[in-house]
Amino acid sequence: MAFYVVQFLTGLASAASLFLVASGLSIIFGVTRIVNFAHGAFYMLGAYVAFTLTERFSGALGFWGGIVVAALAVAVIGVLVEMVLLRRIYHSPELFQLLATFGLTLMVEDLVVLIWGPDDLVGRRAPGFKGAIDFFGQNIPSYDLFLIALGPVVLGILWLLFQRTRWGILVRAATQDRDMVAALGVNQKWLFTSVFALGVFLAALGGALQIPRDAVNHAMDLRIIVEVFVVVVIGGLGSIIGAFVAAVLVSELNAFGILIFPKISIILVFLVMAVVLIVRPWGLFGKPEAPARRTPGLTVNPWRPLTTNERFAAIAALLVAAALPVLNNPYLLTVGSEIAIFVIFAASLHFLMSVGGLASFGHAAYFGLGSYGVALLATKAGLPMIVCLLLGPIVGLLGAAVFGFFAVQLSGVYFAMLTLAFAQIVWSIAFQWVSVTGGDNGILSVWPSSWVASPANFYWLSLGVAAFAVVILRIMVFSPFGFALRATRDSPLRSEAIGINSKRIQWTAFVIAGTVAGVAGALFAYLKGSVFPDNMGISLSVDALVMVLLGGVETVSGAVIGAIVYKALNIWLVSQTDLSKLVLGGFVVLIVVAFPKGIVGTLEALMHRRRKSSSSASPLLSSRIETAE
Amino acid sequence: MRGYFVGASLAIAVATMAGSAMTTQAMAQEIKIGEINSYSLLPAFTEPYRKGWQLAVEEINAAGGIGGKKLVVVSKDDGGKPADAQTAANELVSSEKVAMLTGTFLSNIGLAVSDFANQKKVFFLAAEPLTDAITWSKGNRYTFRLRPSNYMQAAMLVEEAAKLPAKRWATIAPNYEYGQSAVAVFKKLMSEKRPDIQWVDEQWPPQGKIDAGPVVQAVAAANPEAILNVTFGADLVKLVREGNTRGLFKDRKVVSFLTGEPEYLDPLKDETPEGWIVTGYPWYSIKTPEHDAFLKAYQAKYNDYPRLGSIVGYQTIKAAAAILAKANSTDPEKLIAAAEGISMPSPFGEITFRKIDHQSTLGAFTGKTALKDGKGIMVDSAYRKGSDYLPSDAEIEKLRPKD
Amino acid sequence: MSMVPTLLSVENLTKSYGGVHAMRGVTFDLRAGEILALIGPNGAGKSTCFNVLNGQIIPDSGRVRLLGEEITGKKPRVIWRMGVGRTFQITATFPTMTVRENVQVALVSHGGELFNLWSSTASHARDEAGRLLDLVGMGAYAERPCGELAYGDLKRLELAIALANQPKLLLMDEPTAGMAPRERVELMRLTARIAREQSIGVLFTEHDMDVVFEHADRILVLNRGSLIAEGSPEEVRGNTQVQAIYLGEGLVYDARHREGASA
Repeated sequence: MAFYVVQFLTGLASAASLFLVASGLSIIFGVTRIVNFAHGAFYMLGAYVAFTLTERFSGALGFWGGIVVAALAVAVIGVLVEMVLLRRIYHSPELFQLLATFGLTLMVEDLVVLIWGPDDLVGRRAPGFKGAIDFFGQNIPSYDLFLIALGPVVLGILWLLFQRTRWGILVRAATQDRDMVAALGVNQKWLFTSVFALGVFLAALGGALQIPRDAVNHAMDLRIIVEVFVVVVIGGLGSIIGAFVAAVLVSELNAFGILIFPKISIILVFLVMAVVLIVRPWGLFGKPEAPARRTPGLTVNPWRPLTTNERFAAIAALLVAAALPVLNNPYLLTVGSEIAIFVIFAASLHFLMSVGGLASFGHAAYFGLGSYGVALLATKAGLPMIVCLLLGPIVGLLGAAVFGFFAVQLSGVYFAMLTLAFAQIVWSIAFQWVSVTGGDNGILSVWPSSWVASPANFYWLSLGVAAFAVVILRIMVFSPFGFALRATRDSPLRSEAIGINSKRIQWTAFVIAGTVAGVAGALFAYLKGSVFPDNMGISLSVDALVMVLLGGVETVSGAVIGAIVYKALNIWLVSQTDLSKLVLGGFVVLIVVAFPKGIVGTLEALMHRRRKSSSSASPLLSSRIETAE
Repeated sequence: MRGYFVGASLAIAVATMAGSAMTTQAMAQEIKIGEINSYSLLPAFTEPYRKGWQLAVEEINAAGGIGGKKLVVVSKDDGGKPADAQTAANELVSSEKVAMLTGTFLSNIGLAVSDFANQKKVFFLAAEPLTDAITWSKGNRYTFRLRPSNYMQAAMLVEEAAKLPAKRWATIAPNYEYGQSAVAVFKKLMSEKRPDIQWVDEQWPPQGKIDAGPVVQAVAAANPEAILNVTFGADLVKLVREGNTRGLFKDRKVVSFLTGEPEYLDPLKDETPEGWIVTGYPWYSIKTPEHDAFLKAYQAKYNDYPRLGSIVGYQTIKAAAAILAKANSTDPEKLIAAAEGISMPSPFGEITFRKIDHQSTLGAFTGKTALKDGKGIMVDSAYRKGSDYLPSDAEIEKLRPKD
Repeated sequence: MSMVPTLLSVENLTKSYGGVHAMRGVTFDLRAGEILALIGPNGAGKSTCFNVLNGQIIPDSGRVRLLGEEITGKKPRVIWRMGVGRTFQITATFPTMTVRENVQVALVSHGGELFNLWSSTASHARDEAGRLLDLVGMGAYAERPCGELAYGDLKRLELAIALANQPKLLLMDEPTAGMAPRERVELMRLTARIAREQSIGVLFTEHDMDVVFEHADRILVLNRGSLIAEGSPEEVRGNTQVQAIYLGEGLVYDARHREGASA
């Protein structure tokens, strides 16, 4: 019995640090609607700074002072980030802030290694909380007890802050309706900044408090960020109580789960999240979201098919690309194939995200299913390549059909998180089911047949399929189905009122996107000759998001350019420097600030302006769009 | 140290660019080796590794290169992703025209590059990946491996572990292929020697994400007499800290993979648990002329002590150079012929690349962890030759696919 | 008038939210070609009533029948397919499409072509869309981005969209809110003409009493969820109870309360 009590308390201690970080993320999201990917980076910075301070200043004051000062210092960094970076992009399309904070995260990962060195750092134990307390023969670390107490204390302080102060009331009001707060004459800028500072402070505090139990290292951010997202979503976005309950729930399920299924940790949070989102789509304590926010950045230029000239230009570009083999550089051709494959992948997500307004955070699942489909068909069933290429994507289709059915019942961030959960579930199956998938060692020797074995032939195949996929997707964009899909994105209310079954339309789009992603994955398996769980990992999903956002989420085919630029740059940087993350992150941040509409979106806006200024200017009442929903 | 890091990367970037510019003129006078590792993902392990191979390159060229030609290593980062490692391998082979590929740390990346080497018929000398598959079940004729494998490390530890009186054992291992196969091999070898052993609990925390408190508590609840640990890095730190605080290791024997390597032992500082039976690298207590020479050169160059990665990096390039010199060619077939059965000196004494499975006989040290001046060290250490801890040829024949 | 069949029959609709009655036993009929206004102060239950009629809200009890067929509790898209068009208090259109495309989507849906992945929408029901736009006086704006339209034009576009399925019944939630007085008159005349010509029943809510009294054939007055008066404009105008309710606010509704009119 004592054991179960102690296990419960241990779970509570784990929950405390999770709660600190999650509450910060939840507060930031609630008010600013920013999905702050950099939250993990701030957590990590908190730990690093606290490590330095606590090593330098001895004694209890040095330690506890160091922890608090570290959190404050990182909060100041957060304020700078908010003022310099985020303020410029609040009005960018939804999720663009995700891209910016993702870029920051990349940079911070390299920066901490540059500043603090590559080694794992083990900080001091907390003065006064070094030992353990005996509980009927079981030991409970006293630091755990401290953390257990800290969770509710922080929760209480936050509650008082939000219920009893004018600032807190404004924050709550802003969580409900940002524009209303602006109308009240509140300085929205500083409200946002202060909220961001508080959120970052909590994250950094969570990180700093890990010093006595963890090793400070440059991978801490990714370790926590996904889990924290999950906790926030389970609890309900913007709900602090929800974050607390979800943190406790997840930690306790883990603490007791491992007693029965020792391998459950890897998947547990995602299973819980999937179940919660299916049963309670807005999280345990969340409120149903208001209809998706229409960002003012939303373009008012209706999409149109390419003009004849533009078509010729596209064909010319394709022909130039097809001439690449004349350079007789096999490496370049392999890189070209990889880029072409990522064009397919990005275009498939773009279809779902830009046309359907459904931002999937787990699109790699269908890419990975396609590649595993191919790998299994080729190695276990021994089917020829052409058959595998045709059948492999069907695995992606099936996965998308099953998961998409549940996912399209949700929208916005909840949709994103459910897709993430599904992707992680698929990933962990690939990772765990060693007898079939080979676990993380993957499936090897999936090499292409002789007719496409040469780099040039494989390049032409990839390029051909990519061009085909992009054209097909474009045709669909301008088909009645494409319009119906855009209708569900633009106005769920109106589309329902003109007889459109939104869910079924979106589900179909999900399946189409999943299948096309499967095609990309199938080709990828043959390009690399092997498949690994990485092929469906979070980082691949994030890459795809970045490509779409980089190209321009409000364009018809921006993802093509986004994929080419991002992938080419990525490959080149990884080849040239160990600091590829720093450079790439910096580039992403720069793009976000300089070209908030993405590369193609910016070009289109320029061209549109030129066209506009030549014809007679019409009254541009773009503010209408905000009220149009 | 930090300055060096920037310097090194800049130097490499510049060298790469300059290298490709000079290729045509310099080709005749130099031999290029391609090297891939997870520099950005695992800097704690790959930094000392890089220092090791850079030292080797310097020594080889100071001694006149390979057959009069200068040795050049072109190094690429794989970011910890198998797919990126293959892109890098492709670049090295297609664009840089390297004579062979070397490196890799993670098992899945080692396997990916190995499969690439087999497909493209390129010689590959795997440096660090531990998986048994790379030389056995998924072995191929183009791939050789330097570091003692999972099986060998397990066999070394089992020799000591079997002497313990403990009968009730629990295992803690990261939940991926490395952890799973380490536990599997250990259990198999252990059960052969000690049929009386009971396995009372197993914990599989996700790699890099251990929630150490509950894991420690769960293991303690099973009340084992001894524990096998396979976690490493940040997970190990957390496990040790929780275990120390909660008294998990008190009166219990612990056998632990790799924990004696400075990479993993040093971060533990004064929290190093005492008396764990580990494999590792006690650079401070190895008193052989070969190692002394290495140690002196390393410390002179870097003003830092070597980690195991330094040894692996150093010996990888030394072995590559020895193979190239013996083959007197960059033709993969000749390289294979030269490598099979080649013997060479190493800081750990003479090693041989076995013909039968392309595994080197580089060994490892086993010993016990201890605390000295607030730091973790290995005591009672002994070098165990790799050749003594490999299964019989007949068994390997069964494991390894025919070429 | 009794010769004209009953188009919509509403019986005893009741809906409450946590003890607050939004509708209490609301009962009325609507004949084809008739223009019926639903008025009442803010919070009287007009929007709830509209949302029940088009399927967005399921009532606690009561029935709604369209040409004798029960539609209570059916989904909005099903009710639309049965011939009920709707405009919204705050316009709901597709801002990233052109004006013509907005109508085309509705026509595509009406034509059962939603899952057509292949053909080009541009040529789909193009003329029909143009005809509907001409009908509401938006023909000249057909190629404009919908997001650029002035509010009054959006209202007219909504009317065109609502007519795309050749509805039998048109539900218009504050059709003239946010419009200039002259535009209001035009829009309501247009609506009246279409209703007469195509024999469409129109139910509309409106805060502008001038519009109501000028254009409605019949008026229903809701207060606190209950119908308190029903009849011709003259009858309602003379109703003392109605006067009492509106006295505090003035008979012409205070513009400040128009949420949708902010733009």
